[in-house]
Amino acid sequence: MSSPKLYEDKLPPIPFAPVFKAGYLTLSNQGWSEVIPVLESDKCNGCMLCALCCPDGAVRASGDKVSFERDFCKGCGLCVKACRKGAISLKAKE
Amino acid sequence: MTRAFLSGNEAFAQGVRLSRVQVVSAYPITPQTTVVEALAGMAANGELNARFLHVESEHSALSAAIGASMTGARTFTATSSQGLLYMAECLVYASGGRYPIVMMNACRSTALPWNIYGDQRDSLLLADSGWIQIYAKDAQEALDLALIAYRVAEDPEVSTPCMVCLDGFTITHTYEAVDVPSQQQADAFLPPYRTSNRFDFEDPRNLAFSAGPETNYMFKKKEHEGMLRVFGALEKAEKDFNEIFSRSYSGALETFATEDAEVVVVTLGAVYGLVVEAVKSLRKQGIRAGAIRLRLIRPFPAGQLKEALSQVKHVAVLEKDISFGYEGAVLSWVRAAVQKGGLDLNVCGFVAGLGGKDIPEAYIEYAAKTALSGFNGTRFQGFDEEDL
Amino acid sequence: MLKQILWHGRGGEGAFTAAKVLAAAWALKEGRYALAFPSFGPERRGAPVRAFTRISDSAVGDRSEITRADIVIWLDPTLPGADKPELELTEGGIALVNRKEWSDLKNAADPERVINFDASGLALKILGRPIANTVLSGAVAALSGGFDEEDLKAGIKAVMKPSLVSKNESAAIEAFRFINGLKRRIA
Repeated sequence: MSSPKLYEDKLPPIPFAPVFKAGYLTLSNQGWSEVIPVLESDKCNGCMLCALCCPDGAVRASGDKVSFERDFCKGCGLCVKACRKGAISLKAKE
Repeated sequence: MTRAFLSGNEAFAQGVRLSRVQVVSAYPITPQTTVVEALAGMAANGELNARFLHVESEHSALSAAIGASMTGARTFTATSSQGLLYMAECLVYASGGRYPIVMMNACRSTALPWNIYGDQRDSLLLADSGWIQIYAKDAQEALDLALIAYRVAEDPEVSTPCMVCLDGFTITHTYEAVDVPSQQQADAFLPPYRTSNRFDFEDPRNLAFSAGPETNYMFKKKEHEGMLRVFGALEKAEKDFNEIFSRSYSGALETFATEDAEVVVVTLGAVYGLVVEAVKSLRKQGIRAGAIRLRLIRPFPAGQLKEALSQVKHVAVLEKDISFGYEGAVLSWVRAAVQKGGLDLNVCGFVAGLGGKDIPEAYIEYAAKTALSGFNGTRFQGFDEEDL
Repeated sequence: MLKQILWHGRGGEGAFTAAKVLAAAWALKEGRYALAFPSFGPERRGAPVRAFTRISDSAVGDRSEITRADIVIWLDPTLPGADKPELELTEGGIALVNRKEWSDLKNAADPERVINFDASGLALKILGRPIANTVLSGAVAALSGGFDEEDLKAGIKAVMKPSLVSKNESAAIEAFRFINGLKRRIA
């Protein structure tokens, strides 16, 4: 499944109306999030509760575990609370 | 082409039918109602192949029209007065979103006190909404403007919604002989609506998104530029219109006897007909009078006005509105255009016809003669001994 | 050329329809122009209303209400003002009042400027109902001059429902011929 991406690293040309080809984020949520999510793979059982709870669609299935789309993650920590295995933690950005 | 005896509203409905509108979304309000009734009748008997949306308010009417336009459908709505004000927040959605909806506004007074009669306070109040505003003077022009409005609004260089203004009752409910063109002629003039500014399952797009401080002003500049291109689009459209329908229109302004005029009365809408009669009477009295009708209020034809007034010495602006606490809105814009154009003449204003008050020919002659005397202020019909 | 016609009626009597029929009869021909409009506003059956027709050979610019007319018609003789119908006339104008000739009023009306015409009676005879509006359109067309019977038929067809056209044509034309027979015309 494809996921919206940032349009390169700069602004695209401004169209004549607020209309633009779908598939692009206008901003990365990581622009203002102070933390990034980290998975301890051994603890993850692939239940996908974290994906269900994420309000921004940042958690994706990856094999039989999960992975995180950093551009979508705003660091709210709901995935950490939802995980019954304690497999997710939020780490400060370097 | 057939000759029919129609009211301004009925004639406009014929224009909408000929424009092959696909979605009609409207809520009734006097004096617009008979347009919507006529269209509903046509949709019911198959004369008009359009989806007719019954909505519960004007706000919903324009919201639904915006939604329809976002699917790429040619969309129509109509309203008046309080209805126009009720949908006011949607007007900026439509203009900022660049959806070329055509709306017929039956110009009617605004409350309070309550009044259903014609004046121009409703449309002029919303001149800054980003909609093209064009004013008809009779039922024939009303019919023709339906087609011209879609042609101009949908021009990819314009992509701006258009408000066609018909004076309440004096055009909407007044009956005249009108030439109704054939569908073939209309199709030759108005191609189907094609745009990239719409939902598309094959090539998905995001529409109507937010734009923060970094980018918002860029969209607004483009919106302004789109509006300015209306002048060229209208001229081209009316040239083609004349070739197909053998009726000519004069773009942003219509003028009468201005070439050698010393005093000109500037106005908008149906009262222009009587202004022309007054000019003829004044000429018989030895006064070199002329008349200008502003067809376009937005974009405002400042350049064209300056050209038309370049040899004139005195201007009277006759309008059916007032911006409380200042003067008539049209007077302000005309004054600014005169000053910007570096012309040396006096401009004065006459606020008349409010709440449907009859404007007799004698009042127009009085306005012209007052302008001739060098007056620079505003008079209020009925209180003409005082300066406003 | 401009002729102004002022109709006085009561809501529901069809004064505006009469005004429209006359205007359509004139303006449906190329090169002729007309306007028809009512006194605007909330209405109810029985309330006094006015309607206006202007006919011309050039585009009619004046959309204001007519105060002095070439022809004034009173569809209902009980309306205030119907007893002095000549007051709103221009020089050479004629007033047409829908009433049987009332002998006690013969001296009050100026026979040069007022015609009492039993339009309701004619309507009753032809339409079966005393609705005088199209009868009066026919009468006014004759008083005005410049109309023929085909014009009247076209006007009625343009304005009225198809089921009403045929009888109303007959009524209007009979009135047209009657007034023509009186050899009265506005100046």
